[in-house]
Amino acid sequence: MASITEVSPHKLRRVFVWELPVRVYHWLNALAIVALCVTGYLIGDPPAFMSAAEASDRYFFGWIRFIHFAAAYIFFFNFLFRLYWGFVGNKYADWKNFIPTSQRFFKEIWQVLKIDILLQKEREHMSVGHNALAGIIYFFTFLAFLVQCITGFGLYASMSDWWFASLFSWVSVVFGNDEFALRNWHHATMWFFIVFALIHVYLVFYHDYVEGRGEISSMGGGWKFIEEEAFEKFEKEEMAAEQAEKKS
Amino acid sequence: MISTPTRRPTYYEELRQKGYSRRDFMKFCSMIGAYLGLEASGVAQVANALQKTSRVPVIWLHFQECTCCSESFIRSSHPIVADIILDKISLDYTETLMAASGHQAEAAMQKTMKDSYGEYILCVEGSVPTAEDGVYCCIGGKSAMQILEETAAGAKAVICWGSCACNGCVQAAKPNPTHATPIHKLVKGKPIIKVPGCPPIGEVMAGVIVHIITFGRLPELDRIGRPKAFYSKRVHDTCYRRPFYDAGLFVETFDDANAQKGYCLYKVGCKGPMTYNACGVTKWNNGTSYPIQSGHGCFGCSEENFWDNGPIYRQMANFPGFGIEADADKIGMVAAGATAVGIAAHAIATNFRKKKLIENLIEEGKEAEGEL
Repeated sequence: MASITEVSPHKLRRVFVWELPVRVYHWLNALAIVALCVTGYLIGDPPAFMSAAEASDRYFFGWIRFIHFAAAYIFFFNFLFRLYWGFVGNKYADWKNFIPTSQRFFKEIWQVLKIDILLQKEREHMSVGHNALAGIIYFFTFLAFLVQCITGFGLYASMSDWWFASLFSWVSVVFGNDEFALRNWHHATMWFFIVFALIHVYLVFYHDYVEGRGEISSMGGGWKFIEEEAFEKFEKEEMAAEQAEKKS
Repeated sequence: MISTPTRRPTYYEELRQKGYSRRDFMKFCSMIGAYLGLEASGVAQVANALQKTSRVPVIWLHFQECTCCSESFIRSSHPIVADIILDKISLDYTETLMAASGHQAEAAMQKTMKDSYGEYILCVEGSVPTAEDGVYCCIGGKSAMQILEETAAGAKAVICWGSCACNGCVQAAKPNPTHATPIHKLVKGKPIIKVPGCPPIGEVMAGVIVHIITFGRLPELDRIGRPKAFYSKRVHDTCYRRPFYDAGLFVETFDDANAQKGYCLYKVGCKGPMTYNACGVTKWNNGTSYPIQSGHGCFGCSEENFWDNGPIYRQMANFPGFGIEADADKIGMVAAGATAVGIAAHAIATNFRKKKLIENLIEEGKEAEGEL
């Protein structure tokens, strides 16, 4: 592991990490999740209005629900797009960032846990795109996306005439025809998103603060600023790996 | 068309004998046709069928239930419903309303089962306890399970009346000590029609039976076996208070001004948004009212597990595994609060543990700033 503290001052090289589609996905997703959580929470527990207005003049709750359903469609298709991009995007967008395929993946998870979460004083860990721990947590997040889409569209299926929504009419059957339970699970899963967002935003600030590589702005322009040593170390590792292969 | 080997009087003949006029009969046919959602020509079909068809033998069983289904049925809006269906159809055997008792009654049931094998309709009110070999419900020395097996064998179709027979209702609520089991889990290989509700609406029950008589087959069912004509819409979607829901105007407590104004009961626990039933359209007691109209939320009596999805007067259900009063929001807020505390602690710890690293970066940045 190369260390940020080893050499000072650092020479930084600009690396194009997040391609435009990944950034667009990210912000659409963020917007949709905020809209879905806020409107979803309101649907579960609407605010109290004492109003003298005629019901026919108001459509407050109707709009809340409309925003929720519209955002749900955006969220779902955006998510599908991201899955697709995991196969055609650059190496930082690749699906292998999220699903462990090697021993190294697990080793890196442990490293990140030690250094960034338990704050052990070891040589700083270097990753350019997602680190392995983030990667696997995004994998679980995708599972939560899936749960939320399935339960959500399952609840929505009976309200829509569109064939797409009715593709989900099996969901309530899987939940034992119990829409109460379905609704409850959909509501509970919302809290995963809220807790995730809290941790996610915090860790972005944490990395930016501790590493100084432009973690926050990377989702704007796509650039991260990586130390020269990281490149040197990567080359050394590649050479070692090649030699090991030749020997065997 | 259903036919029986021995010629019995048709429904129409029996009604005329009872003193109903042709006009009464046609009114009944129109009414039931409307409930069934038939077009105008369908009414003639109903009338035709009732004039030509001999009455269908019916065995109506009562197991673990409260008889509210029968009560609802005999109170359906048109007197002919009770006459035509209870008097004329179900008297073959039904514990609540038959004249016979004891061995006579059992003999009547055996006779119907033998004479009309493969022809009779089996109506079941109530669930069947399967724990302890079914000792929790025995009639005439037989367990409910045995009776159901015997009668179902020769039935043309099985109608499950009410939530007990469709999903177990209250006696199947946790912990379900008698293992109360709905009928569709016990009877296999027979057409089964579910008419859930606690009780189901009388007109709905009548409509189902008239449909079978008229068309000689079951009405169109949804994927869980309920007749689509009555269970394809949520109470919420046919509710006259729906505009208040869309406007965001809710009753907060049962004694507030909003309750007086007749606002939506969603926040005081109305389960209409998850409940499939015809209450909003057909209503109860000759179309007089239904729970929401009388100021009380729907509590979802025709839905699976409605007893376990309480509390009745709160919109959010308790979350399984976290004890009473722990809904998803309470659990979520605790989780989010714990996360926030963890984040704050981590942020503070970072400044201590990574002090040198952060200082180096700041130093480096300052130097660079000075050079420019």
